[in-house]
Amino acid sequence: MEIAFYIAGTVAVVATLMVITRHNPVHALLYLNVSLLAHAMLFYLLGASFAALLEIIIYAGAIMVLFIFVVMLLNLGKETAEQERKWLKVKVWVGPTLLAAVLFAEFLVLVLSSGQGTYSPAVVSPRQVAVSLFREYLIGVELAAMLLMAAVVGAAHIGRHKRLVLHRFLKEEVEKEEEKHEAVML
Amino acid sequence: MKPSVSIEVVVLLAGLLFALGIVGVIIRKNIIFMLLSVEIMLNASGLAFVAAGSRWGQPDGQVMFVFILAMAAAEVSIGLALILQIYHQHKSLDIDNLKEMNG
Amino acid sequence: MDKFLWLIPALPLGGFLILAFAGKYISRKAVAIVGAGSICLSALVMFAVGGAFLSGMPENAVYTQTLWTWFEVGDFNAKITLSLDALSLVFVFAITFIGALIHIYSTAFMEADRDYARFFASMNLFVFSMLVLVLADNLLLMYLGWEGVGLCSYLLIGFWYEQPANGAAARKAFTVTRIGDAAMAIGLFMVFQQAGTLVVSEIGANASAIWQPNSTSVTITALLLLAGGLGKSAQLPLQTWLPDAMAGPSPVSALIHAATMVTAGVYLVARMHTIFALSETARLVVAVIGAATLLLAGLTALTQYDIKRVLAYSTISQIGYMFLALGVGAWTAAVFHFMIHAFFKALLFLAAGAIIESLHHEHNMFKMGGLKDKMPVVFWTFLAGAISLAAVPLVSAGFYSKDQILWYSWSAGGGNAVLWAVALAGALITAAYTTRMMILTFWGESHTPIGHLPGRRMTMPLVVLALFSVFAGFIELPHNFGHFTLFSDLLHPVLPETFMKENIPSEWLFQLLAALATLGGIFLGYYYYYQKPSRIENLRRNGLVVQLHRFWFSGWAFDALYDRMLVKPFIYISSINKKDITDKLYTGIAAITGDMYKLLSRTQSGSLRWYIMGLVAGAILILGIQIML
Repeated sequence: MEIAFYIAGTVAVVATLMVITRHNPVHALLYLNVSLLAHAMLFYLLGASFAALLEIIIYAGAIMVLFIFVVMLLNLGKETAEQERKWLKVKVWVGPTLLAAVLFAEFLVLVLSSGQGTYSPAVVSPRQVAVSLFREYLIGVELAAMLLMAAVVGAAHIGRHKRLVLHRFLKEEVEKEEEKHEAVML
Repeated sequence: MKPSVSIEVVVLLAGLLFALGIVGVIIRKNIIFMLLSVEIMLNASGLAFVAAGSRWGQPDGQVMFVFILAMAAAEVSIGLALILQIYHQHKSLDIDNLKEMNG
Repeated sequence: MDKFLWLIPALPLGGFLILAFAGKYISRKAVAIVGAGSICLSALVMFAVGGAFLSGMPENAVYTQTLWTWFEVGDFNAKITLSLDALSLVFVFAITFIGALIHIYSTAFMEADRDYARFFASMNLFVFSMLVLVLADNLLLMYLGWEGVGLCSYLLIGFWYEQPANGAAARKAFTVTRIGDAAMAIGLFMVFQQAGTLVVSEIGANASAIWQPNSTSVTITALLLLAGGLGKSAQLPLQTWLPDAMAGPSPVSALIHAATMVTAGVYLVARMHTIFALSETARLVVAVIGAATLLLAGLTALTQYDIKRVLAYSTISQIGYMFLALGVGAWTAAVFHFMIHAFFKALLFLAAGAIIESLHHEHNMFKMGGLKDKMPVVFWTFLAGAISLAAVPLVSAGFYSKDQILWYSWSAGGGNAVLWAVALAGALITAAYTTRMMILTFWGESHTPIGHLPGRRMTMPLVVLALFSVFAGFIELPHNFGHFTLFSDLLHPVLPETFMKENIPSEWLFQLLAALATLGGIFLGYYYYYQKPSRIENLRRNGLVVQLHRFWFSGWAFDALYDRMLVKPFIYISSINKKDITDKLYTGIAAITGDMYKLLSRTQSGSLRWYIMGLVAGAILILGIQIML
């Protein structure tokens, strides 16, 4: 079954490559979804079935939907793709790619010099994960909850639709006008 | 049915994906693409955690993945809200337009 | 009576405190009463204590009074202890008695001055410091008084500070004496390191046990202490400050030159005679410096035209005699000459001050003249001082003291023919410049209209001092006639007998030669300045003489030498360092920090991608380090 692992890995790499090179945001998102599914496959093959499920449900499901919503909201279509094509020149990406290649090469050297043998991944059941999560890592769970709470509140606050405000002293007046406008509308 | 793979290969795969994520962050000017690339990097690190957890047969790797997931969710929600605001204020998603914070 | 000893320095200190803190709020009359009164009371206490001391000599010939412990560090214990022995008594007598006369004189002399209270406050502090110096029983307390004297000399020389020249003179006096003070401080450290104590009597008792005779350490210690004395006493090579110190008011000059300050060096050497006695080299140095100074200063005095500068150089010269006497081992002779010199030099300065004030602050002797009949009291008293300075045989006190030194400079253990010859030449020169000064000032035609005459408060001290200048010499008569040794008998419990050489010629011969030298000098002055002034004109045409005159006039060009050797290089170095070279290191660090900040602030471009590049580069670096290691 090693072949499944290598296929999944190859798919993940290729899909990721496509994500970072697409001009159209929707295409990129679809490739990212493929990449995430490949990740899920990898997790499963490594014996982490719980992680694989979470990857599919939350990443590929929830988070990607958020992205698609935003793309839709911003109405990113052909013009964006055109613009992306203009932006993504060889001279723009060759430098960073080389840099990342160097980084990867260093990583390669370090990993290969460690000399670990092959192994059979052990299955870690969701039960074990849950026990660990709610015993040893309880404080982490609490903190994650607080983080998510803060994120929800923050997103709701930041996402409020406001007009372009050029000067902070003008903000109050603008808001008052908005209120007046709303009142008239009602 | 479980494959016997070498840990190096898995970690190298994670490293490769991470490097691709970095490349994505750097070369794209569109903020949405940058955010997508950051997601790739998060996933790559998650893969490394899970691989390590499976190598030692411990649940900690998956626990870390769960935390990364929570963090990613929070980050995406905030990031997307910010993108919306930026688009409203600047009518553009070009990261190079957002240079007010220069020293 | 010894329990009243503390009053002697305490009274001037009290006067100083009152005048310093309340001087602005009390009337001039009250200032005069406090200022002069404190010293007069101190003098009275001195007479009482001194009388008791002389009538009933205490056990070990010393009164001591411990007031309190100054400080204690480990085994070292510095006490505020006053001790009065015969040597201190002579000095205390001169300081308080002459000081009191000078203060009385000053009440009239400074009458018109704006800073009346400041003047008397400084004078009182001066007297206090000097009393602490001579009454201290340990060297540390003595050093306190020593430094106090230096401070007060600065305050008083620069008393009329509105004129920059006076301020410069004050700074010069302070700086030059400070060189000596620094050497003396090191000397004190050495004494303490070797003897383990700074108490004078303990050092004196154990000196021969502590030091090997003529060892290097004792010589170095003695020479360091001597350097302190040279600074304060204005001997070669630190003599340059004294002529400039004439910038102060005349009573200050009288106080500095007669009773206090310049005699501190003589006191120090006499006080530490046990150390000097152990080192032949040090004694020889003392004698040679004294001889060289007296000759050099005498020749300089011969060429001055400012009356106060003549007196200043004559002071240097006379103190040179005292050092010569100390060097040859004639301790009592030096102290005797100190006392006589204190009388006549105070008198001469006070009289000169009276003349200068009457002539509307005219210092130039060539513009005086003809004052013999106009100011009779000043003339006669000045004459008394002058004959004493010139050492006119038999009738003047100066003769008895100086003759003793001349005699000992040949016959004492450390004496030799060269020293005697120099001292004899000095006597001739002294007589010559004294005569010149008298003739120029009092005879001839009047060049400057005379103002008001000095009042009684000014003439009374002159008369008293004149009497002492003439008659004080009779308490110590030479061995060959009279053989009256009251003064040296008094001092012998403190200072050792003078060790005499054998096979010395008759003392009569020396006295005759000394008298001849004096009379010769007087004749020279009389001949050139009174009888044949045209001869001077002839001399002026001789190029060599003019050169010599110019050289002597400048004080043997010591000022120019020091200026070129020390002051100029110092100013040059400080001008280089004006921009604070040592600070460059620190400002450099600050500048580099600033530049780095500017460089790094460039990286804060606001471009997110640039930041990520930075992150990647950092990651590469860290992984690279990981690989390398």
